[in-house]
Amino acid sequence: MTDITQALAGIVGEAYVSNHPEEAYFYARDPGLMPPHAPDYVVVPKVVEEIQEIVSLANREKIPVVPMGAGLALTGLVIPLKGGIVIDMKRMTRILKVNETGRHAIVEGGTSQGLLKSYLEKHHPRLRHSIPDSPATATIAANVMIHGQGRLTQQYGFNSDMITGLEVVLASGQVSRIGSCALSPDWFSKGAPLPDLTGLFLGWFGATGIITKIGVKLYPKKKLRDVEIFLTDRADLVPDMIYELTHTEMVEDINVFAQPKPMIFKDNHHITLFFTGDTDEELEFKRKTIWHSLDRFIRNKDGGFMGVPPVMKPTLLDMPQRSVSRFADVTKGGGFEYSGPIIMVDKYPACAQKILELAEKYDLGYSGMARIIGRSHAMMYGFAFTFNRADPDMMERTRKALHEVSVFALEAGGIFWKATVDEQRMAMEKMDPVTLGLMKMIKEQMDPNGIMNPGNWEVTEV
Amino acid sequence: MKYADMVHRCFRCGYCKFTSDYTDFNCPAYRKFRFETYSPGGRMWLIRGWLNGDIKNSERFQEILFSCATCANCVEHCVFTFSDDLVNIFIAAREELVADGLIPPPVRDYLKNIHVNGNPYKAPAAERGKWAEGTSMEAYAGQEYLFYVGCVGSYDERAVKIARAVGTLLVKAGLSIGILGEKETCDGNEVRALGEAGLFEQLAAQNIQAFRDLGVKKVITLDPHAFNAFKNDYPGLGGEFEVYHYTQVLAPLIQGGKVPLKECSLKVTYHDPCYLGRHNTEYQAPRSILKAIPGLELAEMERNGENAFCCGGGGGNFFTDILGGGEESPARLRVREALDTGAEIIAVACPQCAKMLEDAVKSEEMDDRLKVMDIAEIVNGCVI
Ligand SMILES: Cc1cc2nc3c(=O)[nH]c(=O)nc-3n(C[C@H](O)[C@H](O)[C@H](O)COP(=O)(O)OP(=O)(O)OC[C@H]3O[C@@H](n4cnc5c(N)ncnc54)[C@H](O)[C@@H]3O)c2cc1C
Ligand code: SF4
Ligand code: SF4
Repeated sequence: MTDITQALAGIVGEAYVSNHPEEAYFYARDPGLMPPHAPDYVVVPKVVEEIQEIVSLANREKIPVVPMGAGLALTGLVIPLKGGIVIDMKRMTRILKVNETGRHAIVEGGTSQGLLKSYLEKHHPRLRHSIPDSPATATIAANVMIHGQGRLTQQYGFNSDMITGLEVVLASGQVSRIGSCALSPDWFSKGAPLPDLTGLFLGWFGATGIITKIGVKLYPKKKLRDVEIFLTDRADLVPDMIYELTHTEMVEDINVFAQPKPMIFKDNHHITLFFTGDTDEELEFKRKTIWHSLDRFIRNKDGGFMGVPPVMKPTLLDMPQRSVSRFADVTKGGGFEYSGPIIMVDKYPACAQKILELAEKYDLGYSGMARIIGRSHAMMYGFAFTFNRADPDMMERTRKALHEVSVFALEAGGIFWKATVDEQRMAMEKMDPVTLGLMKMIKEQMDPNGIMNPGNWEVTEV
Repeated sequence: MKYADMVHRCFRCGYCKFTSDYTDFNCPAYRKFRFETYSPGGRMWLIRGWLNGDIKNSERFQEILFSCATCANCVEHCVFTFSDDLVNIFIAAREELVADGLIPPPVRDYLKNIHVNGNPYKAPAAERGKWAEGTSMEAYAGQEYLFYVGCVGSYDERAVKIARAVGTLLVKAGLSIGILGEKETCDGNEVRALGEAGLFEQLAAQNIQAFRDLGVKKVITLDPHAFNAFKNDYPGLGGEFEVYHYTQVLAPLIQGGKVPLKECSLKVTYHDPCYLGRHNTEYQAPRSILKAIPGLELAEMERNGENAFCCGGGGGNFFTDILGGGEESPARLRVREALDTGAEIIAVACPQCAKMLEDAVKSEEMDDRLKVMDIAEIVNGCVI
């Protein structure tokens, strides 16, 4: 055992530290397309004090630390670019508190989306959180760290807008509380009316601190939930349609998908509308309001509601939607990656056109999916390509297609979501230099030894 | 390796680790070790890395492969179309390791003992029928059913009691059954799961021949593991028998009033054995027996049925103990879950589960609150 391994074993227990080639192999990779880089150690801590000690040790020894949830961001964000210690957070899964009337939960930094969902269903059936369609093992902390979006994003914004506080281990090993919990026993606000310090962490990919506890807002869970699909072959009209739909303020979530398979889906844009109600009356009222909001498009024969076949409903209503993951095996190759820029909704037609173009150019299976953020304030447009892991050529073509998406997205005024290191570089190159300087200052102050997920958000020159 | 063309298809999404409603991580090996490498997806990626020459066979790699309890939770919950083959893939990788002779010592010892003695206990074959001494069990001689007990039921002290309880209950219910006694040999389910396909086929051929010679048509097994081998693997090797787990014959006998039962006010929780439940979708027969006992309250654990959490004994781990030990061992987690139901008894339908859970109850110092009993033992205590 090396000294560091021994020191880590002294912190988390021998069983939960590894410097074996097996873990090095696995944790060197994520399911996406970024090249692997092996960690020197992997640890699986159980409590915040252990994380503090690990980070203190790393800071002392100047060893990189990379927090990892489920590693499902797909863009290489948990690949230890400079080696060091990967901290697998998934032993810290406790749900510490659910405040029913204050509608929030406090969970540990490795708690999965699935676990919180299941817990709420059993113990607080009138509450829900904004669950993303990432596999259920994805963690809540990592999802807000990358500004994820979920079922309630059309109503309440990014999932990171729905937090009520953070507990973070800083590069120094100290623990900091962010939000009302910094001075109150209650976790009801992430910042306001104080200076909102969550910005020091969110979006930084763990490069400024490790979230060990997080408060998340919970929302009313209605008894009934249903889905409708509006079909149109007019990509150019989709932004207007979304505008009308969001005007109703009655839709839970709006996803638009366009994909070539199965064949009946080809050439159409499927505006998938989820809505909820506590009674049949409420549900029907919303359904009708949603229908009527698109009357003019129906009258003009630009689209219509398709009857959602009963067999399709459970797939669509599933949370998270397992079918999204299945896309990875369309080519029997277990691979899928998407670039999901956050971009204005009026860019929908251009995005839809671009994905077609790239799929054709690189001969790839694709799925375009937009999730509306806020009341048409923006969208995440997912350029998703499926690839076969056993086919290096196809993987290379997918990489190239995704790179073209990045260039396109930036030119179209979009911002990369969960940016790869290359995209981070591209973004920083385009960024206002004063802003970039501010980022540099923050990073240097927060992580003077550059140990926190190094390689990410590294501002080299301003 | 068989299935080599499939291992790259794992997306690493992790659905396979969970129950269907995401209540908890439900892969026993992952639950204990907590590195992704010990999860189903982790195994898939490591097997691929190993086949590609990126990692080597090592003690750790062996531990990772052999800690899989073949519980089939991943088969049940992986969202991809290859899910049915997950356990087969892990077994195929073990086969390669066995063929190279690079396997953990307890696995090697287990396989050797079966090869030499026909059982893992190094016990003489002549003692195989001893469990039945003093009971009304008769040697098989053309009865309607052969009652096959298996190695654990024949030799393990605790399991012998269960074998006796089941055997006598079936006789009492008027069933025409006989046993093989010293002529019985290992069914091979764990041998197959541990990757010794050749030895498995040899054992299966031996059993099939013995059954045929005796004119056996219907077999009742004590153990879900044997049940699984006879039902799913023997037919492919020419062994077509009508196979039942004992709960499947006992349930209709009880429904038909063949086993009159008295009031028994007990609070019981039932632990589904993986080889009866997920592998063979028999969830109801054991429950219907328990529910038929007047006054018995069945309190389900949070994870039950197809979401049941494995005791950690499957896939040979009962013998090799790679998954046992420590506070996070699957059996210890399971008995804590059982205690949470408020039940005073964990009912089991598998001698391996019985032993695993009983040991865990002791380690957790719950003996005063929780008892592990086979369903047949519970029924015996409630027969009029
Ligand atoms: C099929 C599929 C569907 C998806 N659908 C969605 C969707 O609908 N909405 C959505 O938002 N996303 C989606 N995603 C993307 C992604 O999986 C999710 O955002 C997910 O929440 C990421 O969580 P994770 O635990 O896997 O993060 P990881 O990949 O483990 O981590 C992401 C980043 O956060 C950092 N990090 C992890 N834990 C911590 C911590 N405790 N403190 C500080 N930093 C930390 C990591 O270092 C990394 O930089 C999808 C992905 C897939 C594969
Ligand atoms: S085995 Fe299936 S469910 Fe598990 S990680 Fe692989 S693809 Fe996902
Ligand atoms: S069979 Fe059970 S123990 Fe083995 S990998 Fe699958 S879930 Fe884990």
